[in-house]
Amino acid sequence: MQQFLQQLINGLSLGSIYALIALGYTMVYGIIKLINFAHGDMYMIGAYIGYMGITVFHLPFFPALIFSMAFCAVLGMVIERIAYKPLRNATRIAALITAIGVSFFLEYTTMRFMGAEVKTFPAVLSDKSWIIYGLRINFQQIVIFATSIILMVLLQIIVRRTKIGRAMRAVSVDADAAKLMGVDVNATISFTFAIGSALAAAAGILVGVYYNSINPLMGMAPGLKAFVAAVFGGIGIIPGAMVGGFAIGLTETMVSGYASSLYKDAVVYVLLILILLLKPSGLLGKNKKEKV
Amino acid sequence: MKKVKSLVVVLLLMGLALTGCTSKASGTIKVGLNLELSGEVASYGEAELNGIMMAIDEVNAAGGVLGKQIEVVKLDNKGDAAESTSVATKLATESKVSVILGPATSGAVKASVPVANQYKVAVITPSGTADDVTNDGTKAQPYAFRICFIDAFQGVTMANFASNNLSGKKAVILGDSGSDYALGLAKNFKAQFTKNGGTIVAEEAYTAADTDFNAVLTKIKNAGAFDVLFIPGYYQQVGLIIKQARAAGIDAPILGGDGFDSPKLLELAGAAALNKVYFSSAFTSLDTDATVVKFIAAYKAKYSAEPNMFNALGYDAAKLAIDAIKRANSSDPVKIQAALAATKDLAGVTGTVTIDALHNAVKSAVVITLKDGVQTSPVRVNP
Repeated sequence: MQQFLQQLINGLSLGSIYALIALGYTMVYGIIKLINFAHGDMYMIGAYIGYMGITVFHLPFFPALIFSMAFCAVLGMVIERIAYKPLRNATRIAALITAIGVSFFLEYTTMRFMGAEVKTFPAVLSDKSWIIYGLRINFQQIVIFATSIILMVLLQIIVRRTKIGRAMRAVSVDADAAKLMGVDVNATISFTFAIGSALAAAAGILVGVYYNSINPLMGMAPGLKAFVAAVFGGIGIIPGAMVGGFAIGLTETMVSGYASSLYKDAVVYVLLILILLLKPSGLLGKNKKEKV
Repeated sequence: MKKVKSLVVVLLLMGLALTGCTSKASGTIKVGLNLELSGEVASYGEAELNGIMMAIDEVNAAGGVLGKQIEVVKLDNKGDAAESTSVATKLATESKVSVILGPATSGAVKASVPVANQYKVAVITPSGTADDVTNDGTKAQPYAFRICFIDAFQGVTMANFASNNLSGKKAVILGDSGSDYALGLAKNFKAQFTKNGGTIVAEEAYTAADTDFNAVLTKIKNAGAFDVLFIPGYYQQVGLIIKQARAAGIDAPILGGDGFDSPKLLELAGAAALNKVYFSSAFTSLDTDATVVKFIAAYKAKYSAEPNMFNALGYDAAKLAIDAIKRANSSDPVKIQAALAATKDLAGVTGTVTIDALHNAVKSAVVITLKDGVQTSPVRVNP
């Protein structure tokens, strides 16, 4: 029982990282039906900007987090303007290929300027851990979980209670109708990218602090798993990304803990195949019939 | 207009084809370097590069070899086996080097050996320790050589250290499932440890892409009592594993192979976690031998840092290559290969090198203890 609870704790902190990244995927897909493959690299850039904030500007943890989130929000908007906006009326495959191109561009530019080797993240968060009923909980794990929950709650408030959130929901349902109703579609889309990128950046810094190492290709694997999480929970649906993130994180940890850690990735991808075969719209998705 | 365009295209293509022709500098002897200078295991390749360049600069300053200066052709294999093959091919065919130094990691070396055999240019690996890098068990690969010990010896050394010096009866192995080095090391450790009467309580694996080891470490912690944790692998994952293991409350001694010998290990794991950590190495800067002391002083003067095993091995590999060129009295790769195979009792900073029939070097190892991240108490183990 104790091992199960300990693995649960491990799974929840891993799951919150996937959930933060999955939110970006799901929001962008919801609004312009594009799978932004460069999103995993936004997570990596967030980690590097945080690293620079801490080592070059000597910021403590939370200011570095805010700084990185702000920087990546702007970067996300710039990328959208340059790479995706011109292709808004092109085929979906063209936009997808561009996203992959942006992903490579971000990875190798970072490699060029920061070097390809692993960098150690300075220890800015205390490493304390407590033993409660025989379970070991690390302070950093608590920070990761708490930060993720707070950010997700903030996101829900923005989407449900603010004007811009309403605009985001309107554009996801029908962009043309929203335009006719006076919604500034371009600004809304930019805002969506900004929020998604900021969340990914937060995930990047949290991972950098917790695992202590960052490298230019660190966005590939979590990006892919977060994409699986977004699809699993229902792509385009925000609570779905959160559910999916935690589900994938817990699955991975349980498979590692009780079966073999070599199969954890295989199980996650098998889950993706299963959900696409059985319920393609995802766990929380509704089967929308195309009305002619 | 169409005719002009196609004419321009043809001229451009001709220009591109002609750039392949490079003029050969006839007054130098070319040595090729196939090293991991970027990627996950860059620390090893970069360290060996420093050692190699120091040896070559020393020899060039003293007049070169056979009256000619040594020209280095340095290429990066990015720690990738496929890239290593293409780099070796480039060095052997385009750059036409006399001998190739590197790669540092077993997987990359194995990928370059077929090329070496095909184009008849010898490859000397300073640190590829997997058993089957230079031979298939009975016959040597004609154009592959190494100056380091092999994993069979390393695994046995660490198993004996665990059984005898640490009185360990139960061990857990957490190995990298994707590298030849780690797999060979784990296999040899397991065989020797069980021969010594110990039991392997659990055997787990990870992949090079992992950064989160909490799940598998929690599983290990709950697998039952154990005395030692053996982690064969490279520093990038091992550093994180040690840090997370200590944070998870695993206090048992941690053992490993020469992959631990990197300054990055201290960075990734933190000094507090690097206690009761033991690993085998080919070299220690605590050695009091006169040649070693001289090497350490020269290295410190040139690079302002303490040399580690990979610097020393790179230095010795370069010295071996140069010695072979001298004995072959030629820059012909085939003659150099013959000279390499006949190497006997060449003194180096990592010990004396004699190349045996399987193209291995018979070398001793040093088991180093890490206390608060600092190397101490070296224990020399002879084969």
